[in-house]
Amino acid sequence: MRSITEMLITKNVLISDGAWGTFLHKRGLLPGECPELWNVTHKNDVFEIAKSYIDAGADLILTNSFGGSPIKLKHYGLEDRAHELNEAAAKISREAAGEYKLVLGSIGPTGVILMLGEVSEESLFNGFQIQANALEKGGVDAICIETMTAIDEACIAIRAVKSVCDLEIVCTFTFDRMLNGSYKTMMGVSPSEMVVAVKEAGASIIGANCGNGFNNMIEIVREIRTIDKTTPILIHANAGKPILENGITVFPETPEMMVNKVDELINCGANIIGGCCGTTPNHIKALVEKIRN
Amino acid sequence: MNETVDAIGVCIEKGKVNKSSSYPIDLQGQDGADELTLQALTQNIAPDEILKTCNDAMQRIGDKFGRNEVFVPELLMAAKAMNTVMVHLKPFFQAGSIKTKGKFIIGTVSGDLHDIGKNLVSMVVEGNGWEVIDLGVDVKTAKFLKAISDNPNSFVGLSALLTTTMANMASTVKEIKMEYPKTTVIVGGAPLSEESAKIMGADGYAADPQSAVLFLNRKIA
Repeated sequence: MRSITEMLITKNVLISDGAWGTFLHKRGLLPGECPELWNVTHKNDVFEIAKSYIDAGADLILTNSFGGSPIKLKHYGLEDRAHELNEAAAKISREAAGEYKLVLGSIGPTGVILMLGEVSEESLFNGFQIQANALEKGGVDAICIETMTAIDEACIAIRAVKSVCDLEIVCTFTFDRMLNGSYKTMMGVSPSEMVVAVKEAGASIIGANCGNGFNNMIEIVREIRTIDKTTPILIHANAGKPILENGITVFPETPEMMVNKVDELINCGANIIGGCCGTTPNHIKALVEKIRN
Repeated sequence: MNETVDAIGVCIEKGKVNKSSSYPIDLQGQDGADELTLQALTQNIAPDEILKTCNDAMQRIGDKFGRNEVFVPELLMAAKAMNTVMVHLKPFFQAGSIKTKGKFIIGTVSGDLHDIGKNLVSMVVEGNGWEVIDLGVDVKTAKFLKAISDNPNSFVGLSALLTTTMANMASTVKEIKMEYPKTTVIVGGAPLSEESAKIMGADGYAADPQSAVLFLNRKIA
């Protein structure tokens, strides 16, 4: 089994992949369609996305399983196919990554708020177990619990993964910039609070994803590093906040803009860098060229 | 001002639903919005006085949310407490002894299944005294048009979380404006901005639930 932390010993900085969701839509996934179903109905499209990031030079890629929890799949009546769709996602990325690149199984939030009591902690836990089990079976090297905003849900996900496998766990939250310049998730969690909670639950790599661009990520990494000097940090930044141009959603941050800021992000203490919504293989390629040279 | 009514206001602002609810910790074991509203009505306190106190409390928590002093959990719990009060006040609305400010139709646009933001706005707007018609998620334009036709003079709010559904939002705004040019449409959601709202032709952009309330209240002032 390959490990991210081991790979970080030989390479100081690892490069991750870019967007999946926005990329799938570019290839014809319609809004309202289930992205994870494409792992069986449009296997080749999903494979080509994974492969494009490997070809761009990424050290690790994720899987098309972000919304693969039974609770999310229920919107499409696909909750009974959670295992199948997650396993398929892992197999596709594994095939694209080959033997030497890493595959991180993506697990996103369920979209329910626990404190409202609509679903039980147990049903959340069981759903994450199904995902982790299937992703491991499909051949991932680690699990990436991402875009979290609530401590309770993130920690349930981490514990569920740990209960079914020994894979390394990455956990990233999505922070917004507050009026006073600090960062919090929509549930009110600061980067520092996130670090303490997810490490205690069992994550060995921490970080942030999505959000509103590279600049914010630099400040978030700074805050994490004030309380944690050693845990590897993964950053997946959006290509800025989207704007509408002639009815099409356009992301403002170009590969060049990202590359110009990446040194600062690394100097602040980020160890694994990739993109989120709106980033493309070109963004990853530019990062690879900049970091590897 | 009556003590019971004041206490209802505190319960709304702090999100204390009823006696058995464990949130917030500092009010555990005490009566919540549920019990206190019943007591106030038994004391023959006018329903509109109760409603006014609740609307003010919702406004305070909404303002705090807009200032990043509280977050989604606090706002949701306040709205939940408010809903409890509304259950007891419903007969008075039906009898016409108290009135809502107007009708607000809300939904997440076609192709988008996210409901947290839409629900927050829905609850805060309702808590401010509006009648809310919630069309749910993945709402096709035709459904919005039908709701507007069924509810003349209503205001409309569109929500989206996905960057990929912003285009659907734009076309829904356009079609509503074509058929009902006088209907006010506001938009909101994570990928949105003042700028994109303007490009879509929406009448307003609400960065948070309280902004939606302020916008709507200005329209009827």
